[in-house]
Amino acid sequence: MKAGIVVFPGSNCDRDALHAARLAGMEAELLWHEDPGLHGSELVILPGGFAYGDYLRAGALARFSPVMRAIEDHAERGGLVLGICNGFQVLAEAGLVPGALLRNTSLRFEHRWVRLSVERHDTPFTAAVPAGATLRLPIAHGEGCYFLPEPELDALHARGGILFRYADPEGNPNGSARDIAGVLNQRGNVCGLMPHPERASEAVLGSDDGLLLFRSLLESAAAHASGVAA
Amino acid sequence: MGLAEPPVHELGPEQDVAAAAEPSSRSELHRVLGLTDHELDDIRTRLGRDPNALELAMFSVMWSEHCSYKSSRSLLRTLPTTGEGVVAGPGENAGVVRIDDDLAVAFKLESHNHPSAVEPYQGAATGVGGILRDIFTMGARPIAILDALKFGHPADVRTRHLVRGVGSYGNCVGVPTVGGELVFHPSYAANPLVNVMAVGLLDERDLTRAAAPGPGNLAVLFGSTTGRDGIGGASVLASAAFGIADADGAKRPTVQVGDPFAEKLLIEASLELIRERLVEGLQDLGAAGITCATAETADRAGTGIEVYLEAIPRREEGMAPFELMISESQERMLAIVRPERLDAVLAVCTRWGLPAAVIGRVTEDGDVTVVTRGDRPSGRPGGSPEGGTWRELARIPARALTSEAIVYEREARPPTHSRRAPAPGAPDLPHDGLPERGMDPGAVLVALLGDPNLSSRAWLTTQYDATVGADTVEANERAAAVIRIKGTRKALVMATDANARVGLLDPYLGALSAVAECARNVAVTGARPLGVTNCLNFGDPERPEESWRLQQAVRGLGDACRALGLPVTGGNVSLYNESLEGAIAPTTQVGIVGLLEDVERRVGPAFRAEGDLVALLGETVPGLAGSIYAEHAGTTPDDQTPDVDLAHEAALLAFLPEAAADGLLRSAQDVSGGGLAVALAECAMWGDLGADLHLSIGSAPAAELFGEGPGRVVVSVEPGRWHELHALARRHGLPVRRLGAVGGDRLRIQLTGEGATGAAEGRGAGVADEIDESLTVLRHSWQAGLPRALGEDG
Repeated sequence: MKAGIVVFPGSNCDRDALHAARLAGMEAELLWHEDPGLHGSELVILPGGFAYGDYLRAGALARFSPVMRAIEDHAERGGLVLGICNGFQVLAEAGLVPGALLRNTSLRFEHRWVRLSVERHDTPFTAAVPAGATLRLPIAHGEGCYFLPEPELDALHARGGILFRYADPEGNPNGSARDIAGVLNQRGNVCGLMPHPERASEAVLGSDDGLLLFRSLLESAAAHASGVAA
Repeated sequence: MGLAEPPVHELGPEQDVAAAAEPSSRSELHRVLGLTDHELDDIRTRLGRDPNALELAMFSVMWSEHCSYKSSRSLLRTLPTTGEGVVAGPGENAGVVRIDDDLAVAFKLESHNHPSAVEPYQGAATGVGGILRDIFTMGARPIAILDALKFGHPADVRTRHLVRGVGSYGNCVGVPTVGGELVFHPSYAANPLVNVMAVGLLDERDLTRAAAPGPGNLAVLFGSTTGRDGIGGASVLASAAFGIADADGAKRPTVQVGDPFAEKLLIEASLELIRERLVEGLQDLGAAGITCATAETADRAGTGIEVYLEAIPRREEGMAPFELMISESQERMLAIVRPERLDAVLAVCTRWGLPAAVIGRVTEDGDVTVVTRGDRPSGRPGGSPEGGTWRELARIPARALTSEAIVYEREARPPTHSRRAPAPGAPDLPHDGLPERGMDPGAVLVALLGDPNLSSRAWLTTQYDATVGADTVEANERAAAVIRIKGTRKALVMATDANARVGLLDPYLGALSAVAECARNVAVTGARPLGVTNCLNFGDPERPEESWRLQQAVRGLGDACRALGLPVTGGNVSLYNESLEGAIAPTTQVGIVGLLEDVERRVGPAFRAEGDLVALLGETVPGLAGSIYAEHAGTTPDDQTPDVDLAHEAALLAFLPEAAADGLLRSAQDVSGGGLAVALAECAMWGDLGADLHLSIGSAPAAELFGEGPGRVVVSVEPGRWHELHALARRHGLPVRRLGAVGGDRLRIQLTGEGATGAAEGRGAGVADEIDESLTVLRHSWQAGLPRALGEDG
């Protein structure tokens, strides 16, 4: 599987995502924000960071990058897109996933390790996560409070659009509606989440739970390829 | 783009260019700029003529304490700076020590105290930006930040602003903030300290010097444009000499404003320029801006640099020559570039969206020369860039501004009284006899864990991104951070420490204690310390007492580093940390980076398994003065500060990596703030495992439990390997005694021996004094302490 990791000016988790993708066994390379081509990437990762300095609003400027046109087309064709942290904010600004990320209710930047529950295992992002398992990943953001109006939250829930929830006993770290940490688009091929799976890719770093997401993507691509071949 | 004529910015009409070149001798301008009459005479001698106003401004910033180290330079020369693997030492932007055949580590501590006192948020933020630039200028990618923050009181509103300033910058540039210190001491009330340590990793082949070799090479300024921010004392020039009309002149910010987004681009662009071998030298712009960057790079290469004033990209019109030359606008770099590589350099800058311009060129004459394309006929023939008639505004030998800047031997005299009066209610016994005063040592332990200086730093550390980079193995809450090196089994271990309480009583001992503690913090993980960086924070060196304190601290730093075999690879001095209430406590901030050969063999502080034996390495040194216990309970006037035995510390530094490599240590924790009882409580809380221990007390229970004497480490070991550990300790000449075993959910420390039982009987108690507290109680106090002190526990 070929993964492309987008580098915006101000991205700072691009090399971390590249490292994790390669560790999971993907062929991965960096994509420059001004380049409108995806260079054959089957999976596009929008990494964390502060794209364009988060000026105006997190993700607000990045969505106008030339590479975003190509990513929108890619998503439109059913291609896989994963947005992590700032990447989630960019996806939300671009309307590729529902909702908006507001300032944390603590009004502070929050860095800590959290536990996530996985709401579905039948998606390309979570297929390799064992049933019932929770994931231990770090969060590091100032604007991660997931917001959607109530009726739309019901609809999101009804269609299975909620993929990850904060599952710590002390509650969610940023005030997100319904403890939502990650969502899927309608079609199920675009996922955004605030925690950082790429930073939890090796036991020495405190957890390798995050690698399960990358493995899921790799396996689903393989299954997809063999399905197509058959 | 070739070597085109530099773009020309017009000097504003209100700026009289001629004024810049006006002889200054008739005025008292030098005094307004902070230069003494003696210094003016010295400048005249060096130039062989009177300096003009622009030259005076350049001298004033370069001869400032901050840039010239004029009061400390002669002292710093006494420090040991060479050692195994030292690739770059003091004098470069950061120290660099070799890790293996390919890799090296760059690291440095730096202060940003005065700006942070004035404008906490920007002061702290730009402090982080500045030290990061020192690291990547060497060709290293920054991999960690540690910050040492010192405040007078937790409730000071600046505390919060400073914390946010440090955090916002580090979080944005994508460098993890992995450790440091948060210390409260009344002497910092009016003058908080912000010391930031940055660590970077480089391929030794990428090591880049901040030098300007090769006459004919171009000086390229890239990054942010130049504005009027950060024009320090020299801003008085605006009104005093140039009569600038604008009404805002007086309110110009003298604190720089940081832009972490620009810094992030600067990091990537700089590292790309280095990797592609496009630059001959690279220097960041910090204090004294272009003046400093050109003078230092020229001096290091034995060349000169000619600066074209109008070529400097600026963010506002009408800037005076002195403003352009000394502006401290942030996020700027100076690259020395061969003419044939200019296009490639500009292409990299453009790709990262950074303005770049040729602002000068390297010359053979050894001078920093400032030239302008004024509208008057040229005063200097030839040698000017194509198509211009350029006029010289300033010419100063580069070395007169840097390596040969003025140096002072300050008069030093010990203070007449170096001890403060004991705290009210202090006992009049020669040594504190805690139980005699009817105090419950368990209650004291709980209180100490809740002290803002000892309690959990979670309030602080959760505001910093500690895991970006995907290399963080241990961060925060630990005395040392562990950062693995991708593609190897190795890890870097880093810590920063100071001991202001001891420093206040004895600056020499304060420095020794800081080095010893910092090295121990690195070594308890199993790492071998590689080198030392430092930041000397002191008061006004023109006062003989403060000068003496600085002298003593430098002597202590040197003695400790020599005894422990650690080279001092760099550092920084911050003087005049004073307010009307007096100077800060002498603060020798020490930063140490160590190497862990196998990250899987690292040792943490937390107890790990029921039944493991708990032991203490090292003996308790008498003396409670300077401890946090003493701050609560007071000490007697003749109580001592615990001595540091450097030979013993050296033995510990040798023993710990060996024991860790052999897998003998299940856990290891340094004994420092709060003493042995607090160290044991930390091992227990963090491991979520209690312990049942016996502590033999000689004469003073308080010193045994809460004294902060150095040279001690709490370890736990599998019972089956106790004899091996014991033998190894003996081989290193280290005393080791068993305290008990790990287990249960309470920390129980029974006091035995004469000191304990005598005390208990003395006040009629039926049982010996002991500590017996549940982990829940300890943890509650430890976690609640800081938020409560900050008033954030609502």
